[in-house]
Amino acid sequence: MIKRKIFGASYGFGDWLMQRGTALIMALYATLILVVLAIVQPSTYLEWRSIFDNRIMAFLTFIYLVALFFHAWIGVRDIWMDYVKNAGVRLLLLMATLAATIGYTGWAVQILWRV
Amino acid sequence: MSDMTVRRKKRPKNLDLTTIKLPLPGVLSIIHRITGAWLFLLLPVFLWLFEKSLASPESFAYVKGLGDHFIVRLILLGFIWFYIQHFLAGLRYMLIDLHKGVELEAARFSTKVVFAASTVMMVVIGAFIL
Repeated sequence: MIKRKIFGASYGFGDWLMQRGTALIMALYATLILVVLAIVQPSTYLEWRSIFDNRIMAFLTFIYLVALFFHAWIGVRDIWMDYVKNAGVRLLLLMATLAATIGYTGWAVQILWRV
Repeated sequence: MSDMTVRRKKRPKNLDLTTIKLPLPGVLSIIHRITGAWLFLLLPVFLWLFEKSLASPESFAYVKGLGDHFIVRLILLGFIWFYIQHFLAGLRYMLIDLHKGVELEAARFSTKVVFAASTVMMVVIGAFIL
């Protein structure tokens, strides 16, 4: 067995774990939102908005979205690393993907807590 | 060592893509990747719809009105299948991580379960919301 330091370099284990952790968070939220939708049964604007005006729901929705963006970042990054061999192009695509997911996080804040 | 290379060379090889086919769990794997990529590409669209649905009664009515178009319903149905398919295939991978259903027969069977369940759930959810 090769002895490796657990810091200083990435061996992918953290990403592997995060991909599953974020998936579980999303699965829990999916269950929650289905229950909430079944109870509220929103058909009007006010009923729909009341769900996300609830501070706890806004917070949990945000956690879900951040988990989703992180999950998407790891997954899309793996796709670029598998198929894009040119280092420059790959770096460009990785940066674009990272920028998009960070931007989406800011967007999610704006949607859930707009003034 | 040389014995090994000789033996290795004698092994039958078939890389003719017209006669070999991906086993079912392999099909599920590539579909997991394709659905994941599409879900990522559609992210801004759904964030935009989510934003509009919460912004004002007028924009809520606009988003709701989009559902009147047949093509929008069709795309939504496809998206629902993609989401559930990716979701269930992911659950299957987590079970395999826990060493559940690793054997060939079980792995093939669970693949069929995922395809069937995602399609049934799409129909149920589709019937409910459309």
